[in-house]
Amino acid sequence: MSVMTVPPSRRASARRDRVGYLFVAPFLIVFVAMLVAPLAYAGYLSLFREQLIGGVRFAGLDNYIQALSDERLLDGVLRVSRFFLVQVPIMLGLALLFALALDSGAMWLSRVIRLGIFVPYAVPGVIAALMWSYLYGPQFGPITQLAEALGLPAPDLLSSDLMLGSVANIVTWEFTGYNMIILYAALRAIPTELYEAAAVDGAGAWRIAWSVKIPALRPALLMALIFSVIGSFQLFNEPALLQRLAPNVIDSAYTPNLYTYSLAFVSQDVNYAAAVSFLLGLVIVVVSYTVQLAVARRRR
Amino acid sequence: MTVTATAPPRATAGAAHSAAAGRRRSPVLTLGMLAVLIYFLLPLFWLVVAATKTTGALFSSFGLWFGGDFALPANVRNVFTADGGVYVHWLLNTAMYALVSAGGAALLAALGGYGFAKFAFRGNRLLFGTVLGAIMVPSTALVIPTYLIFSNVGLVNTPWAIILPSLVNPFGLYLMRVYVEEAVPDSLLEAARIDGAGEFRIFRQVVLRLLAPGFVTVLLFTLVATWNNYFLPLIMLNDPSLYPVTVGLANWAGRASVGGGGTGDVIPLVVTGSLLSIIPLVAAFLMLQRYWQNGLTAGGVKQ
Repeated sequence: MSVMTVPPSRRASARRDRVGYLFVAPFLIVFVAMLVAPLAYAGYLSLFREQLIGGVRFAGLDNYIQALSDERLLDGVLRVSRFFLVQVPIMLGLALLFALALDSGAMWLSRVIRLGIFVPYAVPGVIAALMWSYLYGPQFGPITQLAEALGLPAPDLLSSDLMLGSVANIVTWEFTGYNMIILYAALRAIPTELYEAAAVDGAGAWRIAWSVKIPALRPALLMALIFSVIGSFQLFNEPALLQRLAPNVIDSAYTPNLYTYSLAFVSQDVNYAAAVSFLLGLVIVVVSYTVQLAVARRRR
Repeated sequence: MTVTATAPPRATAGAAHSAAAGRRRSPVLTLGMLAVLIYFLLPLFWLVVAATKTTGALFSSFGLWFGGDFALPANVRNVFTADGGVYVHWLLNTAMYALVSAGGAALLAALGGYGFAKFAFRGNRLLFGTVLGAIMVPSTALVIPTYLIFSNVGLVNTPWAIILPSLVNPFGLYLMRVYVEEAVPDSLLEAARIDGAGEFRIFRQVVLRLLAPGFVTVLLFTLVATWNNYFLPLIMLNDPSLYPVTVGLANWAGRASVGGGGTGDVIPLVVTGSLLSIIPLVAAFLMLQRYWQNGLTAGGVKQ
C-alpha cells in the first residue's frame, strides 16, 4: 500500500498528489451514494418499528433483540453455515486439484478441459438453477429416468434430506471452474526456479505441491475463500427457484436472504428486514475476518 | 455429483513429477479430467438436447439424448413470439444493463485504482481501506434499503435502478490498483510529465492503454455480475418489458410450475430461452479468454 511516486520537489508533488482526489472522486461518489448511504439508511430503518396503530415509532435495538431470538432466522443462519462448511471445502478442494492437474502440464487437451470446467461460470445462477431443477425433477429429469430404467428407486433430490446437497451441487457446478482459474493463474505465476531448487533438494512431486505450490497459492485461496463466505451466506437464487418445485421443503426462511426478502416484500416489514440484513452482514464480516485471521496465523 | 471424484490424486502426483522431468503426459490424468469435464458439460448438453424437443417428447424420451420431432426451430420461434415478443426486450435489456454497468464500473475502477496507486494524497490509505472493507458487504443486504431510497426518488422500475448499483465494484477497484502497480512504471509517468502532458491526458493516452488487460477483466466480471443478477431486478422492476432475461425466464418457469391447463407448453420456452440467453456470454468468455486470464493473475497473486 506504499505510494511510489518519486517527488522532484516536495511542493510540486504535494500539488500533484491533490490531483489524486479527482481520480478517486468519481468512484467514491458512487460508492457513497450506492453503498454507504443505503447501509446508513438500513441502519436507521432498523431502529424503528411500524405499529398497527399510531405509525412508526423509535424502537431502539428492539428489532435486533427480536432477531437474535428469532428461530426462523437462526435456523437459516445455521443452514447456510452448514452449507458453507461442507460445500466450500469440496468446491475449493476440487478447484485446487484441477488447477494442480492443469499446471502439471501432463495432460492432453488441457485447454479444452480448462475452458470446459470454467464454462458454467458464464451461465447465470438463475438459469443454472432452472436447468438443474429440471434435471433433478421427477417428471422428465434424466436422473429419475436413469434410475427407473435400471429398476432402482429414484432418489428424491428435492426432499428435505437431500435439498441442501442439491443446492450445494448447483453452486459447486457454477463456481468450481471460476475458482480453478484463479488458482491456476496463481500457479502459473510461481517462478520455476522454486521448483528447480526444490527438486535439487530432493523434493518429490507431492512434496513440491505441498511445500511450494500450496503455500504460494495462499493469497489466491484466501481470496476464493472470502468470496465463498460472502456467496454462501447470501444464498438466494438457487433456493428461490427450487422453492417453486418443493414449497414444503424450502420455506420462506430457508436461507437468511430468502427470509429478508419475504419480510420486506411479503410481510412489508422493512424495519425488521433491515435489522435482519444488518445482522447477516455482520455475520459475513465476522466469518470473513475469522477466516483471514486463521489463514494469517498459519502463515507464522 | 459422484463423477467429480474421479480425478485420481496419484495421477496428479505423477503428473507434477513428470512435469519436472520434462512434461511427460499422463493418459490416466487426461482420462480422469475428461470424466470431470463430463460433469461440467452434461447439464449444458441436456439443455441443448431439451431445446430440440416438443413438450411431449420432453416427457416421453430419455433426457440425455435426442428424441421425437426436431422442434428446435419451432421452439426458437415460440420463444421470440411468446407474450408479444417480450423475450427480445429481455435480451436487449440484459445486454444494455450489463454493458453500461460494466463499462461504467470498469472506468470508475480504473480511474480510482490509478488515483489510489499513484498519488499520495491525504487520506489515501484510509479511503482505500474503507472501500476494501466494503468487498465484504453483502450486496443483497443493500438491495432493500436501495429499493426504499430509489422508490422515494422515483427510480424504481427504471433502468437506472439496475445500472446505478452495479457501477460500484470494490473488488474491481482493488484489482485495478494492484494492476496499476504492476503495469504502470513511475518513470513513464515522469517522462510524460516532463513532456508537459496534463494528468488526465496521461491517464487517457498512457495509463489506460497499459491497463487494457486489467480493464477488460473488471469489465468482464462486472458484465457477468450484472448479466447474472436476479435479486436486484426482481425487486426493482415490475414492468415485464424492463426485465432482464434472468427475471423473465424465472417468471416463465414459475408459470410452468404452477400447473393447470396448457402450462406444459411453457417448459420448452424456458428451456430454449435459457439456451439462447447463455450463448452470448459463453461466446464472449471464449473469445476474450486471453484477457481475463491475464487479468486474473494480478488479482490472484498479490494480496
